Amino acid sequence: MPLIASAFASGLLFGLGLIVSEMVNPAKVLGFLDIFGNWDPSLAFVMGGAVIVSALGTFVARRRGVPVLAPRLDMPSRRDLDPRLMAGAALFGIGWGLVGLCPGPALVDLTFGPWQIFAFVAAMVVGMALFRLVPDDWPQAAFRREAARVDG
Amino acid sequence: MDHFTPISALIGGLLIGLSAAWLLVLNGRVAGISGILGGLLPPAPRETGWRMAFLAGLFAAPLAYAAFGGTLPPVDFDVSLPVLVTAGLLVGFGTRLGSGCTSGHGVCGIGRGSPRSIVATGIFMVCAIATVYLTRHIVGM
Repeated sequence: MPLIASAFASGLLFGLGLIVSEMVNPAKVLGFLDIFGNWDPSLAFVMGGAVIVSALGTFVARRRGVPVLAPRLDMPSRRDLDPRLMAGAALFGIGWGLVGLCPGPALVDLTFGPWQIFAFVAAMVVGMALFRLVPDDWPQAAFRREAARVDG
Repeated sequence: MDHFTPISALIGGLLIGLSAAWLLVLNGRVAGISGILGGLLPPAPRETGWRMAFLAGLFAAPLAYAAFGGTLPPVDFDVSLPVLVTAGLLVGFGTRLGSGCTSGHGVCGIGRGSPRSIVATGIFMVCAIATVYLTRHIVGM
């Protein structure tokens, strides 16, 4: 039960941060991404502030070794770069740039945004579900086939 | 740059960072929104409660903000439904394939010094900037 309450509080803080910084407004996000237009650097300040506190949190969590409420720390440890990571980030970036919505703001906007937000979130959930159909070795296998062809 | 809001951006950013630090130090989990939502498809036993609670916190945030007298910012976008749905599909699929979004890679991963997250953030930033450039200044969508 404390784990549930703590996760709720974390989600609440996250949502409040997105609202205070106006990152829940896609127009504000596009204003940052439009570096060749009337550029709005605000998003860099959001990321900067968030990364500093997140880094402090990581430092504290690693020093403690064990979380306050949970039996163990569940942190990603992979350091290798693979085509999956890069292809996924590229597809996400294109989708983000089309509207100015990433998953966090889209979910917060469900509560008070226009109905079109539901269409975006529904499509996003379908996209996440479609990912489950992807074979574990894709797109690495395709890259290897390509490489084999090039090497002759 | 009359629309530049550094103070509220920094305060909001600190709150987001606090949320990530909170979840890591107390629950031992990474505050990556796409991962928290994607982990519910399908729901796994013992993994569902905290994920649902975190999402409930996100949904409750605008209500709490308004209840304490805050004025919610506008939610402005000007795209057709097909573009909206295409973007949603790309964001959902891409964040799962790439193991993270703006929060998981951008805030938590970079805060951890993860090379994967630094590269992923660079890629999705460049792709998003290129997409905005194409749609606003070339195609004029």
